[in-house]
Amino acid sequence: MSAFPAVEHLVRVVFALAVLATVWGAVVAVSSRRVIRSVAGLALCSIGLAGLYYLLHAPFLALMEILIYVGAVCVTIVFAVMLAEPDETPGRESRSAARCWGGIALACGIAVFCGVCRLVLMHPWQKPQTDFPHGTVSEIGTAFLTTHAFAFELISVLLVVAILGALVVARLGRGR
Amino acid sequence: MMTFDYDKPEVYLVLTAFLLAAGVYGMVRRRTFIGILIAGELVFSAAALNFVTMNRFFAADDANGQVAVLFIMALAAAEIAIALGICIGVYRHYKTIGSKDVTELRG
Repeated sequence: MSAFPAVEHLVRVVFALAVLATVWGAVVAVSSRRVIRSVAGLALCSIGLAGLYYLLHAPFLALMEILIYVGAVCVTIVFAVMLAEPDETPGRESRSAARCWGGIALACGIAVFCGVCRLVLMHPWQKPQTDFPHGTVSEIGTAFLTTHAFAFELISVLLVVAILGALVVARLGRGR
Repeated sequence: MMTFDYDKPEVYLVLTAFLLAAGVYGMVRRRTFIGILIAGELVFSAAALNFVTMNRFFAADDANGQVAVLFIMALAAAEIAIALGICIGVYRHYKTIGSKDVTELRG
């Protein structure tokens, strides 16, 4: 028992908030008709995920999640929203077709959710490990430069190629 | 049975399933490229959360799960950069990024 019994409840509240932010953000991200709201939903979902990573004893990942997803990915999508005109125009497809597609999409989503949930809840998980002195930043760095050194270098090359490719693709046809 | 507890793996795995399902729903439902891209990011997030959960609860002896998640984040960032570049190019060419309107390659 810790010296502060309220700490346990506090952690529970933080966990509930993180789960709520993740679920709500995901729902907003996929159900909103306006793309800018979807981006806001994705940002909220990423913040909730960062909280979950922190509770899973991965604080470095929590930091990276906020830095990369909220700070880079969402901002990039906002720039694309400003440059293009991405809102879904209503009335392009007939109401019955829209309802049909919505039904198919909902069926797909529910099928995936129920299938994976069934797998998770039916599986006899072994007792979770309770000792977790591992996963510190220095250990991640060591793993990057020893075990995963080749993949790490490949990712560097991939990022350079992605940057150059994005520049070339976005520049083509600029005179039009 | 599943309880709402932060040190049980089932809660995180069910949340992962929800994120995956939301991503699949979005990819089928959305009608613009950027909307589909955002749904794809949700699927990436689901995979990442799954890696961290497994690393924390069942393979706490090393940091391989966290390394995998960092790779996923790098791949997602690269994918977003390329895909948004293509979106801008498509918008410049077709004046729309609705996935129904870009049909030049249709057979």
